[in-house]
Amino acid sequence: MEHSIEYLEKQFQDRIDRGENIEAKDWMPEKYRKTHIRQISQHAHSEIVGMLPEGNWITRAPSLRRKVALLAKVQDEAGHGLYLYSAAETLGISRDELFHQLHTGKAKYSSIFNYPAVTWADMGAIGWLVDGAAIINQVMLTRTSYGPYARAMVRICKEESFHQRQGYEIMITLCNGTEEQKAMAQDALNRWWWPSLMMFGPTDAESTHTEQSMKWKIKRKTNDELRQQFIDITIPQAEFLGLTVPDPDLKWNEERGHYDFGEIDWTEFWQVVKGFGPCNKERLKARNKAWDNGAWVREAALAYSEKQSKESIRKAV
Amino acid sequence: MQDKLYNYLLMLGDNSMILGHRLSELCGHGPSLETDIALTNMSLDLFGQVRSYFQYAAKLKAGDATEDSIAFLRTERNHHNALLVEQPNEDFAHVITRQYFFDQYHLLLLEQLCESKDEQINAIAHKSIKEVKYHHRFSKTWMKRLAQGTRVSHEKMQAAVTSLYPYTEELTKANAVENEMFNQGIGADLASIKSVYYEEVDGLLSNIGLQKPEEGFFYKGGKEGIHTEHFGFILSDFQYMQRTYPNMTW
Ligand SMILES: [Fe+2]
Ligand SMILES: [Fe+2]
Repeated sequence: MEHSIEYLEKQFQDRIDRGENIEAKDWMPEKYRKTHIRQISQHAHSEIVGMLPEGNWITRAPSLRRKVALLAKVQDEAGHGLYLYSAAETLGISRDELFHQLHTGKAKYSSIFNYPAVTWADMGAIGWLVDGAAIINQVMLTRTSYGPYARAMVRICKEESFHQRQGYEIMITLCNGTEEQKAMAQDALNRWWWPSLMMFGPTDAESTHTEQSMKWKIKRKTNDELRQQFIDITIPQAEFLGLTVPDPDLKWNEERGHYDFGEIDWTEFWQVVKGFGPCNKERLKARNKAWDNGAWVREAALAYSEKQSKESIRKAV
Repeated sequence: MQDKLYNYLLMLGDNSMILGHRLSELCGHGPSLETDIALTNMSLDLFGQVRSYFQYAAKLKAGDATEDSIAFLRTERNHHNALLVEQPNEDFAHVITRQYFFDQYHLLLLEQLCESKDEQINAIAHKSIKEVKYHHRFSKTWMKRLAQGTRVSHEKMQAAVTSLYPYTEELTKANAVENEMFNQGIGADLASIKSVYYEEVDGLLSNIGLQKPEEGFFYKGGKEGIHTEHFGFILSDFQYMQRTYPNMTW
């Protein structure tokens, strides 16, 4: 029997309301599929583009131990990209198509990676703040309604919290070091603090996707709630380091049980989102260059495997 | 201090370190996510080996030497890697060819070092050989793929072989330190490695339709600390932090 769309949509929403996971083969509204492709691929792109600012410091890491840890971290991000592209592929889009969207600037990725990593201390600040902010988002996503995405998140979260600790440990070492090292750490915090807060997206009043996303349990908390959670966790960590968070309006609000904080520069946020951050062009250029330079390699691998399978058919006959 | 053993460790460590460095330059820029991850893995393995060799070397040297002072604070003429591993990442064909030429040597070397009388080297070799078997399988498979993939990939591979083959001989040509280490039962017998090495390498090249250069000339000098012009630039990156901010903890 053919069911009407309305009936199917009702069934679908009931399943989500009951807390069931939606799987790749299940019926789903077209908009749910599209929203997920958009969100999962943005997330995947963020992992891949996110390799660039830190990758930039691998060859200059200050000790063998730090070099190995940074290499492993950036490699983990590539792995995250891989799981997430696979999760997106379950929704009927190919990795090549997704790459095409990234390379042509059609797809978005987290704006934070359009800021430059200019000193070694940024390796600490990025791990501590950027991975820290990512975890807040991703822990929520481990319970998202789409099964393959939720499961990818569980794997990824474990590694992200390791990255966060590793970054914080770099900060601790700098803050226990010389005056020069401490100043380097403070400077990194000054530059990464506000962009990290922007990672949670526009305020709830401005956010276009939140309501539908909540209904489908793609999101379970709003941007503002997540941002507040991040601030509340991070301020004591900054205090422990003896660093000053660059926000004169920051103070504990006894009544709310949260920190109050200053106004985010939304003009800067939109400027970076629209492609005019300090490194947007470099990041896309680097991804395009890697992809274009790799074209002959991918073609050769494909041609070789086709020849091999023809050969094995010929032998079998 | 056992000077010869110390220098031998530097040679072993520098090969892994400089190749690891070249591979680390590629992290995030590979032709696909899978190859990116694989190349980074090899870089990680190589740096793991470097740490083992240099921690041991630091103990021999005593004083306040550490794995990092050995890795980061030597000048050009005091690095003893073979010239092959410092060759730049011209393109993926060069990366793979450089890797295979080195892996084939590295594998044969470690097989012998697994028999070393020196307990530490013996242990490091046992751990490393598992990793290097994987590297060797990876680079050899890609040699085949690219040589026999498309016309373009074949040409690029031929160009890489032509330019890198002349760096191979230095790997298996023993210098005074290596001879001494072999005589003491600590180091490998490079003469015996050499014949197997060229059987393997030349065998593979002819199997996959690539020509080795006819001239038969080879470069050398790296082991004695006379490097190519690329080397100073490697050190400027590699040593940047340690040189700019001396005597700090990171
Ligand atoms: Fe990640
Ligand atoms: Fe991470």
